[in-house]
This record gives sequence, C-alpha cells and structure tokens, in this order.
Amino acid sequence: MGTEFDLILKKYKQGKREDLIPMLQEIQEQLGYLSEEAIVNVGSYLGLSTTKIYGLATFYDRFRFIPSGRIHISVCNGTSCYINGSQSVINKISEEINVQPGLTTRDGNFSCEIVSCMGGCHNGPVINVNGEYHTFVKASQLPELIKKLMYIIEND
Amino acid sequence: MLFTIQVNNKKIKAEKGETILSALNRNGIIIPTLCRMKDFTPTGACRMCVVEVEGRDRLVTACSQPVEEWMKIRTHSPRVIQARKTIVELLLSNHPDDCLYCERNLNCELQNLSEELNIRERRIRGKKIKPRLDQSSPAITRELSKCILCGRCVRVCEEVVTANTLDFIKRGRNTHIGASMDRDFNFSSCVHCGQCLIVCPTGALHEKHSITEIQEYLNKPEILKVIQYSPLVTAGIAGELGIKHNKYADRILNAILRKIGFDKVFTTGTGTDVCITEISGQLLEKLEKRTASPLYISACPAWVKYCEQFMPSQIPMLSTVKSPQQITGALIKTIVADQNKVNPANIFSVSATPCLAMKFEARRDGMMRKGISDVDSVLTVRELSRLIRLYGIAPSIIEPEAADEPLAGRSSSAVLAEVSGGLTEGILRALHYKLLTKEADKQLFRKLRSSGSFREISMAIGEYEVKAAVVDGLTGLGKLKTSINSGKSYDLIEVMVCPGGCVHGAGLPFSSARADVRSRAKLVYQTDDSEPVNLPCKSHHLINLYDKLLKENSEISDKKIFYTHFEKRNVLL
Amino acid sequence: MQELKTFLINKVLLFESDTLLPETEKILQKIRREKPGNPVIYLSSGTSSIIAGSEKTSSAIKAHISENGLAADFIEVGCTGPSNFEPLVCVHLPGKNKLFFRNITEEKVEPLLNGVFHNDLSEEDLAGQTGTRGFEVWPGIPFMDELPFFANQKRVVLSNCGCYDPESIEEYIARGGYRSYVKAIRHYTFEEVCDIVERSGLRGRSGGGYLTGLKWKHALNTSASSRYLICNAKESDPGAFTDRTILESDPHRLIEGIAIASYAIGASSAIVFMRSGSDHAKNRLQNAVEQARQYGIFGHNIFSSGYNLDIVIRIEPGAFVCGEETALINTLEGKRGMPRLKPPYPTSSGLLGKPTVINNVETLMNVPVIMHNGPEWFRTLGTENSPGTKVFAIAGKGRMSGVVEVEMGTSVRKVLEDIADGIREGREFKAIQLGGSSGSFITSENLDVKIDYESLRERGIGMGAGGFVVIDENTCMVDLVRYYMEFIRNESCGKCIPCREGTGRMLEILESVIRKPMNEESGTTLERFKGVMQLETIASVMKDASLCGLGQNAPNPFISALSNFRDEFEEHIFDRKCQANICRGLRSFSIDVEKCTGCTACEAKCPVNAIYGTRLQPFFIVEDKCIGCGVCFDICKFSAINVK
Ligand SMILES: Cc1cc2nc3c(=O)[nH]c(=O)nc-3n(C[C@H](O)[C@H](O)[C@H](O)COP(=O)(O)O)c2cc1C
Ligand code: SF4
Ligand code: SF4
Ligand code: SF4
Ligand code: SF4
Ligand code: SF4
Ligand code: SF4
Ligand code: SF4
Ligand code: SF4
Ligand code: FES
Ligand code: FES
Ligand code: FES
Repeated sequence: MGTEFDLILKKYKQGKREDLIPMLQEIQEQLGYLSEEAIVNVGSYLGLSTTKIYGLATFYDRFRFIPSGRIHISVCNGTSCYINGSQSVINKISEEINVQPGLTTRDGNFSCEIVSCMGGCHNGPVINVNGEYHTFVKASQLPELIKKLMYIIEND
Repeated sequence: MLFTIQVNNKKIKAEKGETILSALNRNGIIIPTLCRMKDFTPTGACRMCVVEVEGRDRLVTACSQPVEEWMKIRTHSPRVIQARKTIVELLLSNHPDDCLYCERNLNCELQNLSEELNIRERRIRGKKIKPRLDQSSPAITRELSKCILCGRCVRVCEEVVTANTLDFIKRGRNTHIGASMDRDFNFSSCVHCGQCLIVCPTGALHEKHSITEIQEYLNKPEILKVIQYSPLVTAGIAGELGIKHNKYADRILNAILRKIGFDKVFTTGTGTDVCITEISGQLLEKLEKRTASPLYISACPAWVKYCEQFMPSQIPMLSTVKSPQQITGALIKTIVADQNKVNPANIFSVSATPCLAMKFEARRDGMMRKGISDVDSVLTVRELSRLIRLYGIAPSIIEPEAADEPLAGRSSSAVLAEVSGGLTEGILRALHYKLLTKEADKQLFRKLRSSGSFREISMAIGEYEVKAAVVDGLTGLGKLKTSINSGKSYDLIEVMVCPGGCVHGAGLPFSSARADVRSRAKLVYQTDDSEPVNLPCKSHHLINLYDKLLKENSEISDKKIFYTHFEKRNVLL
Repeated sequence: MQELKTFLINKVLLFESDTLLPETEKILQKIRREKPGNPVIYLSSGTSSIIAGSEKTSSAIKAHISENGLAADFIEVGCTGPSNFEPLVCVHLPGKNKLFFRNITEEKVEPLLNGVFHNDLSEEDLAGQTGTRGFEVWPGIPFMDELPFFANQKRVVLSNCGCYDPESIEEYIARGGYRSYVKAIRHYTFEEVCDIVERSGLRGRSGGGYLTGLKWKHALNTSASSRYLICNAKESDPGAFTDRTILESDPHRLIEGIAIASYAIGASSAIVFMRSGSDHAKNRLQNAVEQARQYGIFGHNIFSSGYNLDIVIRIEPGAFVCGEETALINTLEGKRGMPRLKPPYPTSSGLLGKPTVINNVETLMNVPVIMHNGPEWFRTLGTENSPGTKVFAIAGKGRMSGVVEVEMGTSVRKVLEDIADGIREGREFKAIQLGGSSGSFITSENLDVKIDYESLRERGIGMGAGGFVVIDENTCMVDLVRYYMEFIRNESCGKCIPCREGTGRMLEILESVIRKPMNEESGTTLERFKGVMQLETIASVMKDASLCGLGQNAPNPFISALSNFRDEFEEHIFDRKCQANICRGLRSFSIDVEKCTGCTACEAKCPVNAIYGTRLQPFFIVEDKCIGCGVCFDICKFSAINVK
C-alpha cells in the first residue's frame, strides 16, 4: 500500500497545497475512496494538517470515504430529469438497494449517488449503472433491473 | 489621509484604507458583529455588520468594506435593521433554545444580539439542529448544536495556536466544526489551550466542568479537601466577586475557600518557586557541561503536548521538571499528607487556575505516584467563581485569612511566571543569584518584557554567556526555527501557547478575557516591583521546604516527585 | 503525419497573407473532406448521443463497413444540436448532398446503410439533407437548414460543432483554426487584443454580462510578476449542458480562445476548470490540448513570438458553488471552495494573489471569431448593447431539445415555438425557466421578451448561463420551486448565515406547503401560513445580505414563481390541492367499499395508522390522519384505493 501512495505522491511537488485536490482525485481514482491512511500520507507529504484535508474533502461531493459498491448507480436529478420524474426513480432505487444516496450497502454490493444533469436531458430520467446509461427510466422498471444486477453480482 | 464620509446624514472623518466599521466605531457608532475578530482579516461570514451604502445594489459588510471618499452610509435604516434582525432570527430558528441550561447564559453574544435587536417573537421556525455533545476531551466540551459557524475558533486555532485542530467539515447545512476525520476531541491534535473557547461567541465550546465532582467531595467528611490556586486566580476572580484586587485579596479568597469547605488552602506559587529553582539547577548543569542543545521549559502543558505531537525530536530537550500545579499537587500528597497524618488516598486535591490545559495535565501519565494522582480536579477561574456563588458567600464582609503552611507563600517570581517571558526571567534571576550571590538588575530583562511572538536575550552571568529565547504564542515557533537555522543557539527556551502567557489563559472569566491582556501583564509587573521577596531562594517557605521538610522525609528527599517524563504522542495531526 | 504537421504550420498557421495559396487550399479541402472520393459516414458523438446509444451505433457501423468490405470512411463528429435526433447519422455519398438520419440505434444501422448504398432510403429515419453547390440534390427530402430548428438559429459559437472530428487538430486548422491566435501573438500587443475584444462589446456569457475586454484590461493593468487565465467550464446548474457540448464538439476553438485571452492579459498559465463526471468532454479536451502542444500552440517562445504559455486541466471535485469565481480560486489553491469577500477582485488579486481573469466557456468561444472577423462584424450581430449570440440548452417538455444558438434580440417565443417546436403532444405550455437554479420563469405573457441583457433585466429576469427549460402543465410550480431550493440548499457553501439558514428555512417552509402535516405541532394551518408569510422576508434578506451570487440569487425562482403563479401557491396552502398532481403529500386517498375485500394489508402498512376496519369488511381511511404517503395504494391487491 505504501508504495502505491508513494508513486502517486512522487508525481507532485512536496509541500504545494495547490496540488492537494488533484492528488486526492488521483488517489481516489486508484483506491476508489479516500482512506484515513491516504489522508495522513497526503498530509505529511504536503505538510498540511489532516483536519484541513478532511475538511476540504468533505466540502466536495465527489470525495468518498467508504469504497463504492460493486455496482455503482448514478441517478440524474437535473431539472429536466426531475420534471420527468427522477425523484421517484431515486426513491425506488434507495428502497430497492436499501441504502441512501451517497452511501454503500453493507455487503458492498451497491452504492448510489445523485448527480445533476448528465447531458442526456431529452432521454430523462437517465441513470448510469457502472458506466452504462439507461434512459427514460421508470420507477416500475427498477425492481427488475436490480434483480438482474444482483444476479450478475452473485454469478461473478 | 483623512477624508469625509457621510453617515446617517452627518459628516464624519474617515481614514483612507480603514474599513467602514473602524470609521464608525471611532465616531461612536456601534454596529453589531459576530464573525469579526480584532486583528484578523475579515471573512464576511456572518453578515451582521451590514450597512446601506448609497449606490450599491446590496447591503455591504462594514467589517470588510474599505471606506471611500464621500460614501453615503446608513447604519440603522429599516432595511438594515430588518436584515440584521432576520439574520439573528434565522440563527435562532434552529438553535437549541437552551439558554437556561447553557454555559454562556447571560454572557452569550447571540443572546445579546437577539436582545439588542428586540426579538420578541419566534417568527421563523426551523428544524432543530441535531444535538451532538463531545465530552471526550479532558478539558473542552463541545456542543455542536449551539455553534453558529462563525469560524472564529477555526481561525484562532490555525492562525494563533497553529495546531490546526479545527476546521469546517462538510458543506452548507451539514457544516459543522470538528477535528480530523470528525473524530471526538480526545483523538485530536488539540493541545487544550482553550484559545478557541475564549473567542467562541456562544456556548458551543466550553470547559469540561468539575464543579459537580468537587461538590460531591466537599460533602465527604472523611476526606481532607485541599485547594491550591495560582497567583492570577485572585486577579481573575476579584472582578467577578466584586472585591478589590489588592494585596489582601488573596487572604479574602483564602477565607472564602475555607468557608466553602476546603480544609486547607495553598498557593500554587510555592510550586512555581520550586519549578524555577529546579529548572535553574538543570540550566546550570547544562551550562557547566556546555551541551549544545537547548533546554525547553515545560511549564505550559499545552506546549508540552504540542511538542510531543508536532516536534517529537525535541522531546529529549524538554525540561523534565513538572509544572507548578503538579509540583504543588505532589507536595500536597506527600508532605501535607504526612503533616496531617492522612492517607494520601484520602486527600482530594483541587487546583484553581487560569489555564485550561491544566485540566488535561492533571490526567497525564506520569502525574501519579503509587496510583495516587498529584491533582484530582482542576477548576477554571470561571468555575471557581460559580462555586463560590453557589455557596452563597458575601465576600465583602469576610475576615481575611492566611493560607496554610507549608505551601502558604511564594516569591514575586512566581507571579511573574504568569506572563510570557516571566519564567525565563525568574530562572535567570535565580541563576544570577546562585552564581554571583546578588540580585540581577531588572532592567537587564527589558527585552523579555517587550511584545512580539519571539524575543531573545543574551546575558553574561558569571563566566557564562546565557542565551535565552521566549516564544510567546506558537506563531513564534516559526521565528525560533528560522533563528536556529540561521546558526543561533539557545541555552533556555520558554514556550507559552497563549499569546501573552497565562494572563491570556482560557480559564479566566469571559468578561475580562476580552479586556486587555496587556493590562493584566502590567499588574503582574507591578506586583513584582512592589513585593519585597523577588527570588524563590529568599522565600522562607521555599527555604523551609528544601532545608527541612524535604530532608525529613526520606521517601521524597531525592526530589523525584518534581520530575516527570514525556513521550511522543500518536494523534491524527 | 509529420509532413502534414510541418505543412500546416508553415503554409497555414505561419502564412503571412490572409488568403492562402490555391495549392494549400486544395489540400485543406481534402482534409475537410469537402469533395470525398469515397462515401463518408458521420456519427455525432456527444454525451447526449452516447446516452441515446451512439457507442453501440458506432460499433455497428464499423462492423458493417468491415463485414461488407465497403470503401467508406467513418468519422465521429461533435454534436449537431437536436438531441432528440440522437444517435444522428449522416451519410455523404460522393457527388451528392449529405443525408441525415435520426435515432439510428444499433439495430437500425444494418437496414439504414443497406438502404443508402442501394438507393432505398427509409423515409421514417430521415431527418434531412444538406449540401453546397455542385452536389446532387436528393429529391423530396427537406433541407436541414430549412428545418425551423436550424433556420431560426444563428450558429457562430457552435459553427464548428458537429462539422468536424473534434479529435483532429488538422481538421480544425484546415477550417481556419489557430490562425487568429498565431496572428495575435506575432503581430498584436497585449493591449491591442484587449482593445479589439472591448470594441466588439463582448459580454461575459455566464450570466452577469460584464464587458470581457474591460475585465481583461483590469488584469493587464495590474502590475504583477505573473497572471492567470481561468476558463470556467464548471457548468453544474441542474439542466445545463452547453459547455459540455462545446468541449466535446469543438475543443480546439475553446483552446484557441483561451490562448488568445491568455495572451491579451499577458498570462503565461491558463487553467481549464472542468466539472467532474464529464469524462467524455475531459478526454476530448485533453486530447486537443496534447495535439495543440505538439503543434506548438503552447510552450516556450511560441512561434518565435517571445510569448510563453502553458495550460492545465483541473477537474472540479463536486460543489456547485465553486463555479463562483472566488470559490473557484480557493478550490484551485487547495482550500474549501467557499467564496471570498470582494474586493479584492480576482483581476487584481486572484489565484495565489496574482491578477486572474476568469471567463466562461462560451465567452471564450467568441474570441477567435471576433479576432478573425473583427469587432465591427461582431457588432452587426445581436443588439446594440448585447452584441453577438447566446447559446441555450433546451430541455424539458419541448418537442425538440438540444443545444442551440440564437442572435441576441431573438424573442423567447421564437426559441420556444420555432426552435423547440412547441410543447410535446397534447400538453399546455406553462412557462420557460431561464437560468437554472438562480433563474426566473417566463410565462406566456412575457414570451415576446427579447433575449438580451437589458430587455431581460428590465423584467427582472436574469440571462443565466444557458439553461432553457420548457415547462408544461404537468409540472407543479410549487414543487419545482421546492426542487430548486433543495438543490441550492444542498449546494450552499454554508459560510454566511442568510444563505445557509435562509435556504434551509425556505425549503422547510416550501416542504410544509406541499406536505400534509405529520403531527399537529409541526404544521397546523396557522403555522404553515405564518411560515409562508416569512418566506418573502427571508427571500429579500437573502438577496440583500448574502455574501455571494449563490445566496443572492437563490430566492429568484421562488420570487418569480410567486409573482407569476400566486394562485398555484394559494391553492396548495389553503385548498391543499395540487392541480398538476405532483405533490404526493397532498393527494387524498379513499377506499372503494365495493372493491375492498377487507384483507387488512393496507391497515398493517399505513405508517400513521390512518386506516381502520374489521377484517373481511370494507376498510376506511381517516382523512385527517392520512399523510398521503401512498403506501396503501401500492399495497392493495384489489385496486380498492382511490387517489384524488
Ligand atoms: C454560485 C455561482 C456559480 C457559478 N457557476 C458558474 C459556472 O458554472 N460557470 C461559469 O462560467 N460561471 C459561473 N459563475 C460565474 C462566475 O463567478 C464568473 O462570473 C464567470 O465565470 C465569469 O465569466 P464571464 O465573465 O465570461 O461571464 C457562477 C457564479 C456563481 C455566483
Ligand atoms: S449559546 Fe447563547 S443563545 Fe444558545 S443556548 Fe446558550 S446562551 Fe442561549
Ligand atoms: S428569561 Fe423568560 S423564559 Fe427565561 S427564565 Fe426568565 S421568564 Fe423564563
Ligand atoms: S484548545 Fe487550542 S489547540 Fe485545541 S482546538 Fe482550541 S485552539 Fe485549537
Ligand atoms: S464553535 Fe463557536 S467559535 Fe467555533 S464556529 Fe462555532 S460558534 Fe463560532
Ligand atoms: S500559556 Fe499558560 S494558560 Fe496558556 S496553556 Fe500555557 S500554561 Fe495554560
Ligand atoms: S451566499 Fe451561500 S454560497 Fe455564497 S458564501 Fe454565502 S453561504 Fe456560501
Ligand atoms: S396514504 Fe394510505 S398508507 Fe399513507 S398515510 Fe394515507 S392512508 Fe396511510
Ligand atoms: S388492501 Fe385493499 S382490499 Fe385490503 S383492506 Fe386495504 S383497501 Fe381493502
Ligand atoms: S437533467 Fe438529467 S440529463 Fe440533463
Ligand atoms: S462581522 Fe462583518 S460579516 Fe461578520
Ligand atoms: S450530441 Fe448530438 S445533439 Fe448533442
């Protein structure tokens, strides 16, 4: 683990606070989330207090402190998707996978997040499941979709 | 450059470069503020200080907006008042409404504002903030739901204390103040100096109380109840109790404390004299050996924790002499116990102090002997005044009494230790006397008595050229490092976390905490000048202690009870 | 490739005369595929195409070409505009006009291409044709540029979008790209470039409408050892996707704009601040930056002009407010993205204390065109005080949607009725929402308002950054306002009290309006009414006293909706009805005694025990207790529950 951080950290100049966010982004890309170890490492590399790093990271929505699920669902809640019914899609997903947006299920299978406008407004509500878009989503289709995804996880 | 601005249709003079607020204040116009702190750059967070400036679409914040020539300002127009009032109402709309049970009741800026703005009705209702109480720290309690997110604590901790323990966490309505990883405080890098607490406008941050515990013990007849208090306590409490602070004040306090139920009343000053004597001994030893590394004074427990966390490489250079409170505590549990023929386990030893970090220090490792701690409970001056009021004692008609022997008196150096630079001065004075058997001219220490976060002095004492540095508030550490890196070396280094020293301690009453720290320092210097006994070695209490009491008791004659040890700490930095 | 690069640099970019040599033009024509020898198949490939399935279409086309051994070229281009046509395929047969086919999903590729190559066109999928002189016209097929969607647009900023391969710098140069930049750094001074842009009257397109040239001059005239140019591509208003479309479709034009702007203010570092989650746009931009670097657009002593410039892309870590310029600077400095006090303004003390200019993507997209055609030309577009064009992302309930561009001064009605082609079948128009979460509503009375900064401001409407959401009768305005308020409440940075607490309270009050009270204490009619009375005070104090634009504009949707749809609010508050049938909490439920079998399923599930009855007898709902959650409705197997 140590070397993994080192490789990322080495790309940046020591002590340069402007690089903090890119560093965290890169670590998150590799690790899937920001672990405490990562925050401590970045802190000592940049000479920043971990409080400040944690304070910064929690300000922004994109940083996670728990790994995302094997299946990660982003749901668009932009205006267009909203007026086409994204709220019920969000509710249904939370209900089906049994976890609030922004969190990961205890078994690590699912996580879900809300984003604003994915850029496919005409096809809304839009959701994205592990990189794959689903368009014109209706709440009623979700139980089946989740069942299918469960099946994929179980047979993986 | 002075120019004219117009305020509420009157002309007033303003200075180029100053803020609207400072111009108004100079001219006797008061604008409420909440997030502003003197000597800090404005952040504009609270919006309490808004005023109307002609030609601007929106209200502007007086605390940050520079004045411009011929600005036309309205400070209390209906529009402005509505904005201020609504802002306070918004804060109150989800506030816990706990005033009656709140630490800051009658002393709360939010409460005052709501009073000043004539808020007499709850017009805006909001979902209450979920209560969260963090009592994990030995010194500080946090009540997050009372926080109004003014950010003052964050800035003080970062810019003054440099511990960077606090920050905002999350965003928007979820924002709260917290330590690293949002853990409770005992896991954090907080050094318990309490500087954040004195700037907090509400009851969100306050000391961890010991009153209940003390009351409990005061009711136990089988226990010997003793209290020690440090020289500044009297000065701090005098105003609170409405007594004059003069040379009898100590004796009145003694009497009050006895009335409350303390069997013995001691002064921490005797311990301070021990502390000065022991450190000057260590310093002399160091000078004789001509070691290059400096000796850091370890009397400030907040500094010690800071060093253990942030500068572990310096731990071996920390003087192992305990702080005055702990020395006094150790003497109470040994000599006083013997004299009164009680088992030390049956002594309840309280310390009253202007310092918040002492609450933490009393709980440190190494502050115990045979399972018995030196100090059992620590009170801030605020708590002490509350305790006294609780027992309904009228100080005005009380007969002064002396403190109890053997810890009844001190030299004026012990008082001096309450200001930054004072301990160094006391140690050097003691050393001077030891080597040259004459008292040093106080003029020599002028440099130590000036202001600034880093001061140094170099003086010839006998054959030695002694170099000392004083770090007054941790921002001075940077300058110390620069100075050391540039090749300078020091024999003695004093670090005090609270800028100005313990006269700026977080245990002092809020009302006076905001008063000028410098005036309190002046008081200390006056005491030093007016009292006859300036040196610890001239105080007969100390002489008695060293020449008689210590020698009589074989168990402590090695003076080990005055010493402790320090270790690197693993906290999230 | 190397040869082509040298050629493009020497014979095009560094060529001193405005008209290129005829032999150069010939080669460029080929790069532009103006008269292809082989059939060319184009596929639009923006995010909206991908969401509609274009990646699968792309594989299908490639497979078809290779399986059938066709001698055809396949090019992925940017976004053409109408997102309801996605995936959009265009086929250019040699000598003939280009044909456009809409909604070509994977399975339609085979029949479509078979048809085209065998002269058997499917009418159903045809969108139209385009062509220039000299090409054979397809009879009976409408021209794309005559479709109202295109005919009413004026594509200046978007002129390249959908026309070239955004991953090819060669094509961009062949279309005249980067010449303005090279000319600027070699022949103009900093001031001259600022002057040109100032004279053009270009105003910041992020909504504020500040004069771009003036802003640049401020920064240029602040003495400093270095300066920064930041392209604000944050765009995270819910429902906005113009910047993303531009980044995906014409990244090189943006880079050129950034480069010219950087030169104008004497900056040697430029930063593109992009929103997160737009990987496609980021990859395209990254690729374009790499290519530009190889071509020497960035670097040291660029084209021997003595000017140095480099560019980095930074991805925003997820907070709406860090689109605000001072918050953006904090983010770039590695701090919490909370806005700072102004003054000092970024142009005097911005990133790392240096003078910094922050410009919107669309603003910068205009710069190369202005440099190329001159400020006077730019002033012929749009209105006196708002020259140029404005890009909008049309979304919502219009028949057409997508990214469009109109001249300033065009009426909102024209955009709605002609470009968006009105409301989708069988619905009534209700309003246009302009400017996203800080914007306002335009109702049918106001539809003729002209889109320019002054006309909109006169009616208290902000231009916004380009969101244009079409709303029909099926949308509840109270709920929509609540939606925006929730968004803003979540995005408020929390620094200042009016915004942090004000958005929270406003949201709570709006929620109490659309929800039935859970218990008497929290929401009697009187309380609710009192709350509503406070909404306007809170809104006005937020506008007046908030620190940054987010808080200051947060009440806009509410204020605008209240003045336009007061009756709808009153209906919710007093009659407890939602005509659009959106506010679930206000629905009233009852049990049909005829259908109810008394199975007790609903009684067991009702969270507030509002259902009573005896087993095997019809049950009933106590209306006063019911909170309208709808659980019973979902659970009843006998459809015995009615909703009103
Ligand atoms: C809350 C808030 C969010 C903003 N978001 C954006 C944004 O996403 N994109 C943008 O270009 N400008 C945004 N702005 C405006 C910027 O602060 C800034 O004015 C703009 O980038 C200047 O560009 P222009 O002069 O080219 O219009 C935002 C402003 C505020 C107050
Ligand atoms: S912080 Fe102030 S306003 Fe709040 S409960 Fe305490 S005294 Fe009352
Ligand atoms: S101040 Fe008012 S509410 Fe508080 S205790 Fe007195 S009467 Fe009661
Ligand atoms: S007590 Fe001191 S170190 Fe601890 S948080 Fe407060 S200011 Fe920081
Ligand atoms: S804890 Fe106190 S000082 Fe700190 S932000 Fe909250 S109210 Fe302000
Ligand atoms: S300076 Fe004094 S009051 Fe402050 S923490 Fe140190 S010992 Fe305590
Ligand atoms: S208005 Fe809102 S977003 Fe802007 S500084 Fe204040 S709290 Fe933050
Ligand atoms: S909707 Fe049905 S389940 Fe929900 S509260 Fe009303 S009666 Fe109960
Ligand atoms: S679930 Fe349907 S059928 Fe069963 S008791 Fe309820 S209303 Fe009647
Ligand atoms: S609003 Fe969902 S894709 Fe745009
Ligand atoms: S005191 Fe001026 S904004 Fe807080
Ligand atoms: S990507 Fe094609 S219309 Fe937008």
